[in-house]
Amino acid sequence: MGSASTVITEKESQPSRKRVVNDLSIQVATVNGSGSQSANLILLRAIFQMGIPVSGKNLFPSNIEGLPTWFTIRASRRGYIARCAQVDLLVAMNPETAAEDVRGLGPGAAVVYDQKLDLASLRKDLTFYPVPFDSIVAPICPDAKLRKRVRNMIYDGVVAWLLGIDLAELERAVRKQFKRKVKAADLNWKAVLAGYDYAQGNFEKTDPFHVERMNRTQGKILIDGNSAAALGCMFAGVTVVSWYPITPSSSLCESLIDYMKRYRIDRETGKATFGIVQAEDELAAIGMALGAGWGGARAMTSTSGPGLSLMAEFAGLGYYTEIPAVVFDIQRVGPSTGLPTRTAQGDILAAAFLSHGDTCHPLLFPASAEECYGMALEAFDLAEELQTPVFVMSDLDIGMNLWMADPFPYPEKPLERGKVLTAEDLNRLDSFGRYKDTDHDGIPYRTLPGTNHPSAGVVTRGSGHNEMAQYTERPEDYVRNMDRLIRKFETARSLVPRAVIEDEPEANFGIVACGSSHWAVMEARDQLREEYGLNASYCRVRAFPFDTGVRNFIQRCRRVYVVDQNRDGQLCSLLRLDAEPADTVKLRSVRHYKGLPIDARTLTNSIISLEAPA
Amino acid sequence: MSVTTIPSPAPRKVNRIGLDAAAYRGSKTTLCAGCGHNAITERLIEAFYELGIEPYRVAKLSGIGCSSKTPAYFLGSASGFNAVHGRMPSIATGAVLANRTLITVGVSGDGDTASIGIGQFVHLMRRNLPVIYIIEDNGCYGLTKGQFSATADLGSKLKTGVINDLPPIDTCALAIELGATYVARSFSGDKKQLLPLIEGAVAHNGTAMLDVISPCVTFNDHDGSTKSYSYVKDHEAPLEDVSFVPFFEDITVDYEPGTAKEVALYDGSRLVLRKLPEGYDPTDKVQALRVLNEAQEKGEVVTGLLYANSQRPTFIDLLNLVDEPLCQLPESRVRPPRSVLDEVMEELR
Repeated sequence: MGSASTVITEKESQPSRKRVVNDLSIQVATVNGSGSQSANLILLRAIFQMGIPVSGKNLFPSNIEGLPTWFTIRASRRGYIARCAQVDLLVAMNPETAAEDVRGLGPGAAVVYDQKLDLASLRKDLTFYPVPFDSIVAPICPDAKLRKRVRNMIYDGVVAWLLGIDLAELERAVRKQFKRKVKAADLNWKAVLAGYDYAQGNFEKTDPFHVERMNRTQGKILIDGNSAAALGCMFAGVTVVSWYPITPSSSLCESLIDYMKRYRIDRETGKATFGIVQAEDELAAIGMALGAGWGGARAMTSTSGPGLSLMAEFAGLGYYTEIPAVVFDIQRVGPSTGLPTRTAQGDILAAAFLSHGDTCHPLLFPASAEECYGMALEAFDLAEELQTPVFVMSDLDIGMNLWMADPFPYPEKPLERGKVLTAEDLNRLDSFGRYKDTDHDGIPYRTLPGTNHPSAGVVTRGSGHNEMAQYTERPEDYVRNMDRLIRKFETARSLVPRAVIEDEPEANFGIVACGSSHWAVMEARDQLREEYGLNASYCRVRAFPFDTGVRNFIQRCRRVYVVDQNRDGQLCSLLRLDAEPADTVKLRSVRHYKGLPIDARTLTNSIISLEAPA
Repeated sequence: MSVTTIPSPAPRKVNRIGLDAAAYRGSKTTLCAGCGHNAITERLIEAFYELGIEPYRVAKLSGIGCSSKTPAYFLGSASGFNAVHGRMPSIATGAVLANRTLITVGVSGDGDTASIGIGQFVHLMRRNLPVIYIIEDNGCYGLTKGQFSATADLGSKLKTGVINDLPPIDTCALAIELGATYVARSFSGDKKQLLPLIEGAVAHNGTAMLDVISPCVTFNDHDGSTKSYSYVKDHEAPLEDVSFVPFFEDITVDYEPGTAKEVALYDGSRLVLRKLPEGYDPTDKVQALRVLNEAQEKGEVVTGLLYANSQRPTFIDLLNLVDEPLCQLPESRVRPPRSVLDEVMEELR
């Protein structure tokens, strides 16, 4: 077992000039608004098409034009798709940050940069590739207005030559990016080739980084989590959507609008089988979702931290009135101007108990694009089964970055619409009590407004109601209702997606994580085993309330590291509340809250420092 | 020896769909005796009875406050939703989108609408969502013991002697300005006017906004208040005489040419407006706003139908919704087929 003082990284252990194949991290530093996104996605897609597992992370400012932005592309033959803190190949396009970007590199890294930035004098232990972007782009792109964008394509060509990216795949990626805009595709492809030719004619490759074709992405798709969630919502049969624009959640509803316009317009009438409203604020957004849920529609809203805070009052009313709704929370950092474009898992506790009085809400934690899709489907079923708002806790990293995924399966299960009584049902029943626990699972029966039966109509209101939905302030009625709601939450425990548990036979300890932390945990477990001989069992929590498997997992483990992408160890706190009292001391919080997606090395180091304190 | 004759029961009075008035009542009011809101509740009961609308087709929505308790007091067998303070409009929006066939009545107060709820109120008006929006307007917060609301007039006095020194928000002017398509002001004490205005609102398609001055007998009915019964009675200036002709009654209304105007409503019903000021055209937005401003200047409470517009598309039209309620669409119409998923997946490869 290694000790904290001898921590070495995998890369540092390699002789610096040995060929490094399909294991590298590229960082492109640009100015936002310069149109670099297309160039970056093309690069990522070309590597993906070569069969190499790849991930892309866009680290961008809250700004439209002029501030620094970084895009990292990681190619990993072992399939690691978490963020990698180490950069092997820097493309330095931003004069503002170039020097700092170069200083931050580890020894042996390569730098492609705009020749006029004159970076080569900064370090002796890096490989520099200066490119005269302006003089290459000018003859290709006579239109000066387009030049700013097209010049980015040149670095795609340079990087392709340096790494050995297949030109045919690169061209395919360019054509895919520009779809039917053939002229744009031609122009951009010309720029890529110019970059490639320049590199070929002027550089001698001295860095060790290469990509080579493999077959680990066959059949896979590339999609961001928000689009995946939007697809899930469409196939879940959502009919009412209300939203207020907020990064990083806006693209969920925007993708949904695109999909719905394409696929949910009635063929015969040309009319929409959905209503999507851009609300005046998040208070209205959740109000509309609840109004629609009350009316019997499958309804949702999507937001991020600040919006979630505004939804607090209505979330409590949804809980007490027992109305289904799905709320996507694409988590980000802090309030107001608090790093709105940076990722975090900062809303776990806020969402779990959102509102005033006693409230608790089911939360789902997708870790991947597949789960954004699958959990969107599940969330609508759960919301209607449980008659309560259900929160899907995605984050900026999953939501806005591009992920490799297996093609999504078509939903086999019919829609689960929950306990809704029709007029015919009411005719068969002796009596109907809206908040009566007829089935002893805490879930009552409901009627929808507009049901043609004299006993169907009830007045839906806050927590002061009896089983017949009449207003009351009687202590017995209040307590009975509160206790039933907790019974319902216990029922939820068995209905929500179960934790995914991987037990190691000779486990030294356990790790619990949720959501986007998953990818760093997977990689860190390998690092712990290979570098330190430590075996970690793993429990990936997928929902709150936690299923019994989570409690049992903690019971089985000697120690449990709980991974959080927030300062306060919010998942850890929730687990402490739920664990057997004797087990709470086993929980050790490991936190990452830099606004960047968590990386495996940081996680490994954190665990090691807690395992073997110096 | 006396002979008692048992009178045969009077024939039960029913409306055109065979329901008696009791079918339109709700639970007993818990508001103060003499509260203007109770009178509005009575008019709502009468209106739905007269129109012969099955109570189950109605959704009753409210926010928080004395006004917002009233949905429990009418149409007892209809569904209702007592939402959070100032947020009834969003609940209404969702409910109407879920089921466009519901007749949605939102009851709010002046605090619920003009203070905490002003954001949602103005956006509801903009959208011209088909709902009936009634403000039971007493210029104060009754349920928290009489603080001023944002519709209190400049110079109006609280019981405690506090004078309101901020100008009122004119909800009718706002509604007209922002796009509501049926806007009226009335007085809870004016039965004759309020009933046809509510009936007209039900017959209208689009946002029907009624600001009904409804004195708070406990906290705002004293000398010095501009929302007291006596003040409103003395200062009410009806714009016209309103009568409602339902679509199911084949009545021709006789009036001297030029002495009345008819407003045709969506379901075929009509409002007949008599004694209108010369040249007043209820479809003229600018004129309506001017009348409101002038009344405000003169310290008058102008009442009646101020504005009506049947041309503007409703929010349902703009969203191009299918005719059936969205909440009733079967799975086959809301879950696209497998081929759609295949197509999308192919594009993402």
